[in-house]
Amino acid sequence: MKILVPIKQVVTLDEDFEFTPDNRDVDHDFHIYDLNEWDDYSLEEALLIKESNDSPIEIIVCTVGNEYADESLRKCLAKGADRAIRVWSNELKNTDSIGIARIIAHIARREEPQLILTGVQSSDFAHSTTGVATAGILGWPYAAVVNRFEPDHDFTKASILRELEGGLEEAMNIDLPAVITIQVGINKPRYASLRGIKQAQSIPIEEATPDSLGMIDSEIGESGSASIIKKMFIPEKLSTAIIIEGTPAQQASKLAKIINDFKGV
Amino acid sequence: MSGTLIIAEHRQGELCQATLETITSAIKSHTPDIRVVVIGKQIEPFIEAVRIEGILEVIAIRTSSNDFDPDLYAVTLTMLINSYHPELILLPHTVNTIGYAAAVAADQRLGFATDVFDFSISNGIVTAIRSGYGQKVNVELGFPENRPVCLTLRPNIWKPLQANKAGIVIEIHPPVYSARCRHETYLEPKSSGDIDIPGAAFILSIGRGVADEKNVEEFLELADSLGATLGCSRPIADNGWLPKARQVGQSGKTASNCKLYIAMGISGSVQHLAGMKHVENIVAINTDREASIFNYARYGIVADMFEIAEELRNQFPE
Ligand SMILES: Cc1cc2nc3c(=O)[nH]c(=O)nc-3n(C[C@H](O)[C@H](O)[C@H](O)COP(=O)(O)OP(=O)(O)OC[C@H]3O[C@@H](n4cnc5c(N)ncnc54)[C@H](O)[C@@H]3O)c2cc1C
Repeated sequence: MKILVPIKQVVTLDEDFEFTPDNRDVDHDFHIYDLNEWDDYSLEEALLIKESNDSPIEIIVCTVGNEYADESLRKCLAKGADRAIRVWSNELKNTDSIGIARIIAHIARREEPQLILTGVQSSDFAHSTTGVATAGILGWPYAAVVNRFEPDHDFTKASILRELEGGLEEAMNIDLPAVITIQVGINKPRYASLRGIKQAQSIPIEEATPDSLGMIDSEIGESGSASIIKKMFIPEKLSTAIIIEGTPAQQASKLAKIINDFKGV
Repeated sequence: MSGTLIIAEHRQGELCQATLETITSAIKSHTPDIRVVVIGKQIEPFIEAVRIEGILEVIAIRTSSNDFDPDLYAVTLTMLINSYHPELILLPHTVNTIGYAAAVAADQRLGFATDVFDFSISNGIVTAIRSGYGQKVNVELGFPENRPVCLTLRPNIWKPLQANKAGIVIEIHPPVYSARCRHETYLEPKSSGDIDIPGAAFILSIGRGVADEKNVEEFLELADSLGATLGCSRPIADNGWLPKARQVGQSGKTASNCKLYIAMGISGSVQHLAGMKHVENIVAINTDREASIFNYARYGIVADMFEIAEELRNQFPE
């Protein structure tokens, strides 16, 4: 049995970042890469399922991105994923999350996993789209924002908890195979061991393209996407915060005054 | 292709506030022919609540249960897209919408964007604005031509209008489908004990900037000596460093009665803001002067939270 864990290498921006000349992105020189926080939890959930199961389970991580993304895939291999697939070609440049879901769906058709675990969202763009869209394309059951996942013994159904607004939870029962989007806090992601890191170096990362996955033109890149980025810009300040300058001592004494004013001291 | 479809959301007998905001956004943006769909068993009160001046119709779909079922909502939306051919579909960006909209968008090849906080439609061309890169930038999106566009809208942006029996109500049979993800029950959040975030007038809140569990204690003490209630962002509660009852935000508590909110080492994610951005006096303390929290604060302090805490202790000895 297989579990597919699609992951994303997310971007945080360096200070004083600049936009690209066409204003459609932030200049990549200001990108700092990391594995998406939510994906740490979906991978951990897959590892826990594997460890608590008697029959062998293969965990496959996959991502869409250029060679920079290898670093995040290696991190997952170091933690215990068995295989990694990275899909890239230049036509994928302007692919949005629905377009990415089309690629993941192709990987799923090829690998036939019993379960796909994604994160609820990515920390950089927070679309909350990829996992559920993948299920829509595959025609699979799905559940979003899950903070407990308990498959039954033959892996045909699972009891889940969805985390709703205000801390309310909803118990549901879902048919498998399914796509589940995992919420942070569901488990405690492990750190990779030194041995794991070493072993991961020797596992080859499979490089695939839309072509090698058998995708047709209307599924690829902008054609397979549901939105196009026209431009990016700096948000207008909603309230112009009064910036309190000075040394920490001066800043703290102004803050103390705000607190005292509030208390009517 | 013409008209606007909105799917209403409700839970445990209450209409979701964001549904009314979504309807209001459509009315204010003058989107064409607004139809609001209400799905469920006991839906009379919801039908009345969505009849806001400016809508055309309420489409009532009576089913055997009030609980959310992702397949029911997805199949129903698909059915309505194919019978009404709307140019715009608007949904509230809630946990339930996250739980089905993208499946329909991908399968029906809609234009699609989530967590949108501004949009316009002119001559059938939809433009939407959402955040990117941890809310450090805004992103303007366009959509593929000649396809319906589905937007999920960020809550707490549009101020809801009141219902006044506007529009007409029509009934449609629910689609035939098989439920693959079935509701069982709701679990209420654990009791908060004597921690009262909703009731607190003064909250000092800490986020991931606190860096380590062993640093949390000093902020508990600081809050105490300031006479504040200690709150936190989600990662602090997820790590078990503070109880969930202290978590402010979408999946935690709302700072309903707060007048002064000091956010230390909190970046200002949408979900955290959902619980506190309404507070009149927000003071943000963050080392990153581009952190999104500063856009919502009345006062900003670009500094290390530990240094400010240290100095504050000197100002407020116990
Ligand atoms: C469905 C859903 C529900 C959610 N519900 C909630 C919720 O209810 N509440 C919530 O908070 N989040 C919620 N989240 C999570 C949310 O998306 C963010 O991940 C979270 O709010 C980030 O917390 P943070 O700001 O503390 O951490 P980060 O975003 O990591 O920010 C840490 C900040 O600390 C600053 N910093 C670091 N060191 C220092 C220092 N020494 N001094 C000063 N500043 C420092 C950094 O510059 C940064 O801005 C939810 C997410 C989802 C998907």
